[in-house]
Amino acid sequence: MSVEHHAFHVTEHLPALAAVVPLVGAVLAALVRNGTIAWLVSLAVGLALPVISILMLWEVQASGPISYALGGWAPPVGIEFRVDLANAYLAILVSVMAGVVLAGSPRSIDDEVNPENRAWYYAAFLLCLCGLMGMIVTGDAFNVFVFMEVSSLATYILIAMGRDRRALVAAYQYLIIGTVGATFYVIGVGLLLAMTGTLNLVDLAQRLPQIEATRPLFTAVAFIIVGLGLKLALFPMHLWLPNAYAYAPSSASAFVASTATKVAVYLLLRFTFSVYGVDFVLPETPAATLFMILASVAMISGSLSAIFQTNVKRMLAYSSVSQIGYIILGIAMISETGLTGGISHMFNHALIKGALFIAVAAVIFATGAVRIDDMAGLGRTMPVTMGAFVIAGLGLIGVPGTAGFISKWYLIQGAAEQGMWWIVAVIVVSSLMAVFYIGRVVEVAWFRAPLSDAPRRAPPELVLAAVALAVAVVIFGFFTEFSAGVASDAARVLLEGYAR
Amino acid sequence: MTLFEEIAQHYNYWVTILLMVSGLYIVVAKSNMIKRLLGLSVFQTSVYLLYLSPGKILGGTPPILASEYSVYANPLPHVLILTAIVVGVATLALGLALAVRINEAFGSIEEDEIVPVIDREDHAA
Amino acid sequence: MRLDTILRIVAKIFIPFILMFGLYVQLHGDFGPGGGFQAGVIVAAGIILYGIIYGINAAQRAVPPGLVEAMMPLGVAIFAGVGIAGFFTGRNYLDYSNLMHGDMVHGQHWGVFLVEIGVLVTVSSTMLAIFYAFAGRGRE
Repeated sequence: MSVEHHAFHVTEHLPALAAVVPLVGAVLAALVRNGTIAWLVSLAVGLALPVISILMLWEVQASGPISYALGGWAPPVGIEFRVDLANAYLAILVSVMAGVVLAGSPRSIDDEVNPENRAWYYAAFLLCLCGLMGMIVTGDAFNVFVFMEVSSLATYILIAMGRDRRALVAAYQYLIIGTVGATFYVIGVGLLLAMTGTLNLVDLAQRLPQIEATRPLFTAVAFIIVGLGLKLALFPMHLWLPNAYAYAPSSASAFVASTATKVAVYLLLRFTFSVYGVDFVLPETPAATLFMILASVAMISGSLSAIFQTNVKRMLAYSSVSQIGYIILGIAMISETGLTGGISHMFNHALIKGALFIAVAAVIFATGAVRIDDMAGLGRTMPVTMGAFVIAGLGLIGVPGTAGFISKWYLIQGAAEQGMWWIVAVIVVSSLMAVFYIGRVVEVAWFRAPLSDAPRRAPPELVLAAVALAVAVVIFGFFTEFSAGVASDAARVLLEGYAR
Repeated sequence: MTLFEEIAQHYNYWVTILLMVSGLYIVVAKSNMIKRLLGLSVFQTSVYLLYLSPGKILGGTPPILASEYSVYANPLPHVLILTAIVVGVATLALGLALAVRINEAFGSIEEDEIVPVIDREDHAA
Repeated sequence: MRLDTILRIVAKIFIPFILMFGLYVQLHGDFGPGGGFQAGVIVAAGIILYGIIYGINAAQRAVPPGLVEAMMPLGVAIFAGVGIAGFFTGRNYLDYSNLMHGDMVHGQHWGVFLVEIGVLVTVSSTMLAIFYAFAGRGRE
C-alpha cells in the first residue's frame, strides 16, 4: 500500500485541540519539573487556546454546529465533541481568562507557592483548564463527568497549595462537597442511561420524549440539578466556596472564581434546555420557580454576607455567590431576554471577578494584606492597581458604562417582560448592597492614611492583567456585539433545544 | 405480582439505595475526616452498582466474540465504571493526602476540633 | 519485618510472578479482559509488596521516586501522542485507523496497544507514587 501524506488542518480538529492542548501542556509542565519553564509552557497554552476558541466560534457562526467524532467512531456510539454557539461562547470566556491569569501570575505564584511545587502548580492549573474545556466541548453525558473530575481534582490541588494552613481544610471540604456533587450528577446520568440506553446528549434529547415512564426521568433531572447546583455553588449549596476562594493562591482564586462555576452553569443550561427541553421538564416540575427563589435568596444573602467580611478575598467570594444568583435568575426566566442576561452575565462577571481577584493578588504581593483594614491608603501608594479594582467594582455594582450594567439591564428587562417587579426590586437591592461592600474598600483605600510608606512594588505584568480586564469591563459596557450579541444568539439556540 | 416479589426482584436496587444512603449519612454525620472519606467511597461504590447491575444479562457471557455464544452482557457500563473507579481512587488518595497534611498542620483530623481553630484564626488574622 | 524469614522468602518467590502476571494481563488485553489499568495496578502491587516486606528504602532503590514522578506524565504523553498521531494521518484525535499506512485493522491494533502501554506506565507509577507519599510521610 502506498504511503499517503496527510496534511494536518488545524481547523478540522478545533474541538479536540481545545482539550488536548492544555493536556499536553500539563504533561510537559510535569515532565520538566522547573517552575519557569512550566510557566512558559502554560503561557503558550494560555495564548493558543483563545485562538482555538475564537476560530471555533467563527466556524460555528459561518457553518453551524461542529460535530467531532473522537477516535473516528461516529455518534451516538462514539464520544462526540459538539460545539454550538453556547459552548463556543463559554470556551472563549474560559480560555481568555486562563490566558490573562497565566500571563499575569508568574511572580505572584513565586511569592505564594513553594519552589518545589511550582511546576506541579502549573501542571494542575493546565489539567484544570483541560477539564473545563473538555466539559465545554463534549457532547457526551458521561464524558462530562470525567472532565468534571479532572478539573475538580486539579482545583483541589490548586487550593491546597495556598500558603495558609486553612487552605488544606478548605480544599478538603471542597473535595467532599465537590465529589458528592459529581456523584449526584453521575447518578442522574446513570438513570438516563438505564432508561434510554444512550449517553450522547443529542441522542438523549431525541429519545427522551419516547420514554413513557417519566418518574425515573424526573428523578434523574433532580439528581443532575442538585449535583450541578453543588458544583456551581447555588444557594444554599455554596458553603464550600468562600473558604476555597479565600485561601487558594491568589491567581488560582482569580482563575477558578471567574471560570469554574460558569462551566457548571453552562452544563445546567445544556441539560435543562438542550436535553430536557423547555416543553418537557420545565413546565412539569417546579424547577424554574425553585431556581428563581434560590437565585433571589442568593443575591441578597450573598451580598449581605459580603458586607460583613473582614477578609477581602472572602468578601469577593461571597459576592460571587450573589452574582451566580443573577445568572441563575436569568435562566429561571426561560425567555430569550432573561437567558441573554444570564449568559452575558457569565462573561461580564468573569471579567469583573478576574480583575478584582488579580488586583487583590497584586495587593497581597505588595503588602501581604488580606484584611480590608490593612488596605488603608493603598489608593495613594498603589493607584493603578486600586484604580483597576474600583473600575471592576463599578462593573460589579452595575454602573452604566460598564459591562455589569449591560447584563443587569437584560435581566431587568426580562423580569419586566413577565411583569415580575419583585425581581426588579431584588436586582436593585442586591446591586445597592454591592455599593456598600465595594465602597468599604474604596473608603479604606482612599480616605485613610497609609499604614506603611513604601509597599513592595507589585509585578507590572500582574498590574497590567488587572488593568486589561478593567479596561475590558468598560469596553464591553459600550460595545456589546460579542458579549450580549452572541449571548442572545446562544440563548436562541438553547431555547430551541437539541430535539428539534 | 405480590409486593414481596416486586421488592425481591429488584434487590440490586435496594442494595444500591442502602449503600447510597449509608455512605451519604457517614459523609454528613461524622466529624472524623478519614471516616467521611470512607463514607464518600461507599457512596461512590453505590453508583458503580447502579450502573453495573442492569448491565448483567441473564445467561449472557462476558462480551467477547465467540462463535458458540450469542448472548452477551452489556459492556458499556463496565467501561464507564472502570473510569469512575479510577476517579474514585484518585479522589480518595487526594482526600487522604489532605487529611495527612491537615493532621500535620493542626494536630487533629476531627472537624469538630479544627473548625473552632479556623474560626479563631479568621477573626484574629 | 526484617526478621520474618517466611514472608521475605515467599515474597521474593512471588514478586517475579506478580510482575509476569501483570504483563500477561497487559498484553492479553487485546483478546480478553485486561488492559493497562488492571495491569498497572498488578505491577504496582508487586513493587508495593516488596516495599512492605523489605522496607520503603529498598523499594525506592529498586524504583527511584524520581523515575516514578517522570513516569506519571510520560504515560499520559504516550496516550496523548498516539491521539495526536491521528491528526497527522488524516484522521480524528485517537483514531488509529491510518497509523499503519492505511491498514485499518493493523492500525487499530497498534493504536490500542500503544495507548494501553501509556495507561500501564501512568497507572503503575501513580499507584507507586501514592504508596511512596504515604509510606514515606513522617519519616524525614
